Amino acid sequence: MFRTSLRSSINVLHRSAPSTLLKSRLTAYRYLSDEARSRIQTAVKANPVVLFMKGTPAEPQCGFSRAVVQILDLHGVPPEKLQTYNVLADQELRNGIKEFSEWPTIPQVYVNGEFVGGCDILIGMHQSGELETLLENNGVIPKIEAESTAEKATA
Amino acid sequence: MPIDTIALEKAIKRAIPVTHLEIEDQSSGCGESYAIVLVSDAFEKKTTLQRHRMVNELLKDQIAQMHAFSQKTYTPKQYEDLQTRMS
Repeated sequence: MFRTSLRSSINVLHRSAPSTLLKSRLTAYRYLSDEARSRIQTAVKANPVVLFMKGTPAEPQCGFSRAVVQILDLHGVPPEKLQTYNVLADQELRNGIKEFSEWPTIPQVYVNGEFVGGCDILIGMHQSGELETLLENNGVIPKIEAESTAEKATA
Repeated sequence: MPIDTIALEKAIKRAIPVTHLEIEDQSSGCGESYAIVLVSDAFEKKTTLQRHRMVNELLKDQIAQMHAFSQKTYTPKQYEDLQTRMS
């Protein structure tokens, strides 16, 4: 959805750019090349859950990234369904993902190619139960029927 | 130039109606890390993601200069409920 809106806004910019000078400036402004964009497009769909973070799950380099790793772990997201990218190891990705998602900060979480949010949103959704529902509905974790309430009550 | 709380407050209040605003500098004064709690009518009928996008957009220039930015967004009604539950 945001991609279409981004595209259309870029089209508007280009249409309203009369001189080549302005045009080249705008192109520079939109530094996310088509190649980088398609690379990220592939990356966000690499697995049902994709996390762009600072560091790795074993060694997060930032508290916000660590928190998201812990939340995903808490919900039992299986490793084979989770793909993480260390943006600190890839400067192009670090900048590109911010523009791609239109989101200014890292970490960022995608589920089945859809942007979910950053750390604040993940924590909020974890607390409200929305995250569990989202992961279940996307087939990331198995649905647990009535017995889950019993489990929660004893936990 | 480091971002100060006043600049953040101004940018927010200029853009949307604010019922309640807390800005916490978590960087010990270097202006690198902020956490805000923002209560506004503007969040009515918007998902959390939409609210955060809205705040990200209106603080775009400031957030670009920070290391970390954390936000909690509530409608006046939600915030009231939250206060009641916590008391």
